Amino acid sequence: MARTAAPPAPLACSYLHPGGGRGGLLGWVLTTDHKRIALLYLYSILGFVAVGVALGLLMRLELIAPGRTIVGASTYNALFTLHGVIMIFLFIIPGIPAIFGNFILPLQIGARDVAFPRLNLLSWHCYIAGAILAVTALFTGGGPPDTGWTFYAPYSIRTTTNVTLAVFAAFVLGFSSILTGLNFIVTIHRLRARGMGWFRLPLFVWSLYSTAWIQLLATPILAITLLLVMMERLFGLGLFDPARGGDPLLYQHLFWIYSHPAVYIMILPAMGVVSEILPTFARRTIFGYKAIAFSSMAIALFGYLVWGHHMFTSGMSDTSRWIFSLLTFLVAIPSAVKVFNWTATLYKGSIDASPPLLFVFAFVFLFMIGGLTGLMQGALSVNVHVHDTAFVVGHFHYVMFGGAGFGLMAALLYWFPKIFGRLYPRRPVYIALGVLFAGFNLLYFPMLVLGWMGQPRRYYDYLPQFQTGHLISTIGSWVLLVGLLILTVTLMRAARRGPWAPPDPWGGTTLEWRTASPPPVENFAVEPAVTGRPYDYGALGRGAAAPEGR
Amino acid sequence: MSRGMGSTLAAPAQTAHHRDAVGAKLGMWLFLFTELLLFGGLFLLYAVYRTRFPSDFHFAATTLDPLVGTVNTLILLTSSLTMVLAVAALERGRRRAAQAFLAATMALGALFLANKASEWAAKIGHGLFPRSGLLLDRTDGENLFYGLYYGMTGLHALHVLVGLGILAVIWGLLARGPRRGGEAAAERGTERLGSEAAAERGTERLGSEAAAERGIQLENAGLYWHLVDVVWIYLFPLFYLIS
Ligand code: HEM
Repeated sequence: MARTAAPPAPLACSYLHPGGGRGGLLGWVLTTDHKRIALLYLYSILGFVAVGVALGLLMRLELIAPGRTIVGASTYNALFTLHGVIMIFLFIIPGIPAIFGNFILPLQIGARDVAFPRLNLLSWHCYIAGAILAVTALFTGGGPPDTGWTFYAPYSIRTTTNVTLAVFAAFVLGFSSILTGLNFIVTIHRLRARGMGWFRLPLFVWSLYSTAWIQLLATPILAITLLLVMMERLFGLGLFDPARGGDPLLYQHLFWIYSHPAVYIMILPAMGVVSEILPTFARRTIFGYKAIAFSSMAIALFGYLVWGHHMFTSGMSDTSRWIFSLLTFLVAIPSAVKVFNWTATLYKGSIDASPPLLFVFAFVFLFMIGGLTGLMQGALSVNVHVHDTAFVVGHFHYVMFGGAGFGLMAALLYWFPKIFGRLYPRRPVYIALGVLFAGFNLLYFPMLVLGWMGQPRRYYDYLPQFQTGHLISTIGSWVLLVGLLILTVTLMRAARRGPWAPPDPWGGTTLEWRTASPPPVENFAVEPAVTGRPYDYGALGRGAAAPEGR
Repeated sequence: MSRGMGSTLAAPAQTAHHRDAVGAKLGMWLFLFTELLLFGGLFLLYAVYRTRFPSDFHFAATTLDPLVGTVNTLILLTSSLTMVLAVAALERGRRRAAQAFLAATMALGALFLANKASEWAAKIGHGLFPRSGLLLDRTDGENLFYGLYYGMTGLHALHVLVGLGILAVIWGLLARGPRRGGEAAAERGTERLGSEAAAERGTERLGSEAAAERGIQLENAGLYWHLVDVVWIYLFPLFYLIS
């Protein structure tokens, strides 16, 4: 990052080059600049993704043949727990908001920074502290936790593995998430540029806004639930201990009251990214701006009321089961509203099949498979059959990885020139996408089939008749890995050596494209004034949409 | 210290945004929401278990002394009063008075904790604590009552403790006087008070601005203190008055 010799012109006055203040490493880890914090998140999150992917590959390798292949049962338990904890708490929940929300949100609303820059830094420090605690939990105490990322009581209270520390790590990470959400809400309320009314906000901002509310209102429930697990383990309060009248089911309720809304923390920002990318590359205003904005809020709201669908088989009254089932179907409506609006946006657009757009197409396709398999499980009769099978594993990888994960990659490709001030070559990215897409479906589609046939989840072993499916899935995991590597190498090289990017390489209309790439420390030389809606290609025309430069 | 870096490059066109009293307060209120939800989870557990074991709960509550609870309620309510008086005093520019009221608030908070600690100590002395032989022989409902009692009042006490820490920091800032206090805040960053909108600015130019910041910080700390108070107002009847 910090070049010692005189930096090339585009970097010289950008946030990437230490023009004053602290230089070197301290200039990064103690920065309060939202753009630098975003990069801190980017690198730390990607680092953990690499670990998580490695663990996933190990699990797939174990499953390549029946019986013990490389690890035994208890190691496998530790593997899926770690994989789950890393992917959920360290990757996909902070994911898009922490990286792109931090970088792009202030730019898109024409602000100089977020409302509480120091709090922003604190939330990154919480993230790192939580991550360190999680890693420590692996090597201390009674060995790596083996409860699954859900920490279900009473097992989580009885196991001798190091659950206490792992749970505390998740607690600290929750803090980081709450602080980010709080910061974004205040930022969006208070720091919009002159003329930027609520319905002139870019849709990415709307999605961050609804996400932030979920972060704020759901995470504390997780916090208290995890605290209780810790108190149970340390002081034995007995609140989830059936031997003393406690009810483990209440743990599940509390856990999912958070963790279901958390699913929308993962997906809503990705949907916001899609709503940014589509109009830019269709050269057309977004179809149904308000419908998309409000559907984000609707998802945030309904998302609170469906937690019971994780518990259809754990023992609930029939009345609550069908109510939760009905509500689950209702959440599909706002999601579908978005998909239809996106499709309509493409209609009669002049489409530029750029890498970000193709990733968005992959997102929509994979997310639809994930969403539709979700609906299947929302139906009580099917749910009883597929509960806790590989079908569920396939489903949530389609949603979280195919949805949120591909959304994150699309966001990276879309804002890459803004963040690093450089362009990347298209061809290797197209190839990476092809490989990724093929690998992804090879990896996860067999899981849907296997689960349907009765393969339980969280098993290190299986019956011989499932061998073919598992073999295909494992091969898919290698293909996927190749795709990820191609993408990573391409982008890493481009970040260092790519040609300089102009301020608005894609012809985007939102404010972040009106400043230099990479942006200067203060974002805009003059506070931008907003005079119309975003994505207004009709009124602006290509000429007016072109960047002002600096 | 991004401001420092920015200053060499361009006029700080938007620094005005970063002295945003409304924003700081909004942030504090949002934080209080999260606190309510945190306790909300425990209240939910309480509600479920109490409906499930009503008579056990009533019986177990007879072991708690309503007098101790009442005294603690009075202590906390009074401390909220002194907190309000501190805020009002600072608003009228009477820094010394504000400090005195703040000290009173802290003293009352400490008294509350002392009272709580002696209550806990007595209970534990009688063998009433989770997994104690005495409790294990009792009914499930009584075990749960005590589990909740320790869990909820413990978490509340922890909040009082944190509150005391926050008030102490503010008291220290007030003691340094407005001008230097502003810089200290900017340097050390008292984020937890929700005041970083003000503290975040690298330099402090005017004493009066610093005083305004102190006001925001004190007010936000007050909001937190009242929240802790409100939570107790619910805990008190739920544990002490149901026998
Ligand atoms: C190369 C990529 C990946 C591979 C090969 C992979 C593979 C797997 C496998 C084999 C399991 C265990 C299935 C079982 O036995 O129950 C699993 C579980 C899981 N994966 Fe992945 N995965 C990958 C990426 C991801 C991503 C990107 C996410 C999240 C965004 C994710 C989230 C999870 C979660 C939450 C679980 C459940 C853990 C538990 O049961 O507690 N995975 N994955």
